[in-house]
Amino acid sequence: MSTEIGSILSEMESSACLKTELTLGLPGGGAAPSKPGSKRGFGDMADLKLGVGCDRGDEVSVSTPPPSKEQVVGWPPVRSYRKNMMKSCKYVKVAVDGAPYLRKVDLEMYSSYEQLLAALEEMFTCLAICDVMNERKIMDSANGIEYVPTYEDRDGDWMLVGDVPWNMFVETCKRVRLMKSSEAAIGLSPKTSSNGLSMN
Amino acid sequence: MCLFQSVMNYLPKEVLEHVFDFLTSHHDRNAVSLVCESWYGVERFSREKVFIGNCYAVNPERLIDRFPRLRSLTLKGKPHFADFNLVPDGWGGHVYPWIEAMAKSGINLEELRLKRMVVSDESLELLAKSFPNFKSLVLVSCEGFTTDGLAAIASNCRLLRELDLQENEVDDRKGQWLSCFPESCTSLVSLNFACLKGEVNVAALERLVARCPNLRSLRLNHTVPVEVLQKILVRAPQLSDLGTGTFTHDPDSETYVKLKNAMKNCRSIRSLSGFLDVNGRCLPAIYPICTSLTSLNLSYAPGIFSNELIKLICHCKKIERLWILDTIGDKGLGVVANTCKELQELRVFPSDLYGVGNTAVTEEGLVAISAGCPKLNSILYFCQQMTNAALITVAKNCPNFIRFRLCTLNPIVPDAATNQPLDEGFGAIVQSCKRLTRLSVSGLLTDQLFLYIGMYAEQLEMLSIAFAGDSDKGMLYVLNGCKKLKKLEIRDSPFGNMALLSDMGKYETMRSLWMSSCEVTLGACKTLAEKMPRLNVEIINENEAGEDKASCDDRHRVEKMYLYRTLAGPRTDAPDFVWTL
Repeated sequence: MSTEIGSILSEMESSACLKTELTLGLPGGGAAPSKPGSKRGFGDMADLKLGVGCDRGDEVSVSTPPPSKEQVVGWPPVRSYRKNMMKSCKYVKVAVDGAPYLRKVDLEMYSSYEQLLAALEEMFTCLAICDVMNERKIMDSANGIEYVPTYEDRDGDWMLVGDVPWNMFVETCKRVRLMKSSEAAIGLSPKTSSNGLSMN
Repeated sequence: MCLFQSVMNYLPKEVLEHVFDFLTSHHDRNAVSLVCESWYGVERFSREKVFIGNCYAVNPERLIDRFPRLRSLTLKGKPHFADFNLVPDGWGGHVYPWIEAMAKSGINLEELRLKRMVVSDESLELLAKSFPNFKSLVLVSCEGFTTDGLAAIASNCRLLRELDLQENEVDDRKGQWLSCFPESCTSLVSLNFACLKGEVNVAALERLVARCPNLRSLRLNHTVPVEVLQKILVRAPQLSDLGTGTFTHDPDSETYVKLKNAMKNCRSIRSLSGFLDVNGRCLPAIYPICTSLTSLNLSYAPGIFSNELIKLICHCKKIERLWILDTIGDKGLGVVANTCKELQELRVFPSDLYGVGNTAVTEEGLVAISAGCPKLNSILYFCQQMTNAALITVAKNCPNFIRFRLCTLNPIVPDAATNQPLDEGFGAIVQSCKRLTRLSVSGLLTDQLFLYIGMYAEQLEMLSIAFAGDSDKGMLYVLNGCKKLKKLEIRDSPFGNMALLSDMGKYETMRSLWMSSCEVTLGACKTLAEKMPRLNVEIINENEAGEDKASCDDRHRVEKMYLYRTLAGPRTDAPDFVWTL
């Protein structure tokens, strides 16, 4: 149940005279249109990834369907003003192994990994970014536990923080987890786990 | 003809005028003016406030001619769906001709309220210079002006009481518009510049606040820091409506302590908004004022997380109007239901507009609210999913809805439990809520729902439909059934020519009809335009520059049609892409 509706929609957008033949396929049966074109729908009803409408100028100039996130113009019906105000809102959850609760940070508020880590340091006051053997690591100074910063990306994979450019990280990061180093070491090559963060 | 009627006919004009003075609502005044010629005459010379719901329905000259004593004018421009990017830039809705006409005719304008209109700096300058008694400017969802225009208002309107800018797109010219209020300006009662993006001169702001003892409402923008907010609150403890700027600072700092104390001293604050940048740990500073708040808008504060919101809400027992984000969650709405027994209006906005995967609220939250808040009469609810059972329960719990707007994030999602259309649920709402005047529906919906709406929604004035219905019958049920319908807006629904043309006279009883991505053809629109000269039937045609009316086949589907009743004939300011048929 995950059909994108984008190609159908972009077809609709680009031609005012298009007679769409869309059918409404309900899971488990349900009303089917008696004649084609009599019911307007979205192909298979699905997990529509509906975002905000595109910029005004682009409404009818879509020639090729955008690859990933398809958008219905003007849905959900939220004023542009409100959409713009909420734009810099990239809040992601931050979990620290062993901490009783999670926190949230707005990634848009920082412009580098350094700043993010400093903010995390402030948030989880037990942590400190220490220099251990000329490498930066995140440590809980009280009990000597080392943490490896990881994040879950759009594809659901858990990645090491710091590999990709900052902006790309902000784009793709869905949540952050400071994983205990001992746990992270399992399955990772010795080189990766003993290095600190490369923060460019 | 009875004695009473004869007596009324001979009452002197002054007496009639005195009686009419007690009539404040537009409906009442309009009704009175239709009774007879003499009443029409008395009424028109005594009317000071005029509301025009569609600026193209009438000419400025006609307005001035009929109401020479006009002091307050409210105008609305673009159709509602313009809010959602469905109307291209340059469509229209200019205020300049109105201001120009009133200036020329010596109207003593004191108040101007505009919604969805294009307001240029020239119009603001003309406004500021033409009306010496001008007191109140309210702009909602307008565009086209810059801070230079605001500077003109500030400089020239000596008696200005109200400058209220709500959700406008304003170009910031890095000027010093706020400093343009002269030292002699002490009359401000309300100042709202929350929508401005640029910095203001905070010293000028503090001085302005200090010299305006009647200031009741102040809404700052996000550039005003907490230190300044604190100083302002000390100067203006009489405020009843406050919009904070940023609310981020170190809760261990001295500023925070000062802020807390200043807040405690503001015993009149009943309405709170802002929190555009917020550190949740600073929220306890506002707990003292929460207990007397009647209106709270946190819908621009994604930085307040669910648990912090809940803690805050626990203090807000007197809230009547609450605007929040869906980050509150169903659980948070349960807390609202238990705490806010005076709640009348609730709006839950979506926080995840860019698809990062935050969970929204569901039908559970709505049911909780309906069960806990007996005074609820107005709701706007963006949700992940909905069920018929929930809506039926809500309808039973809350028969007093005046406005009911539900928006499922997936526009055609069926009942989450049964996979059926949501017809029965919404049907229950219209059947139970006899005073419903505004309805927006979404989710999987068939013609059946529209049958219910036509049957039961007797007071309905505005209906918004998107991705719904099966056939022309749906639209016909609504047009035939809803006698008080004023505004109908439809997008992406299979309604076509048969529905459009079946009762053409109906549209003269309505303010406007919007249909986009439906099945109506150019030919049908032309027919309608021909048969109904007092309607403007406008087609918005965005594709293929250079295509003209002649070359377009009548059988082509029309992408966007907007029609409205008018006494002014086809408009003269329509851009190229708008064809008036």
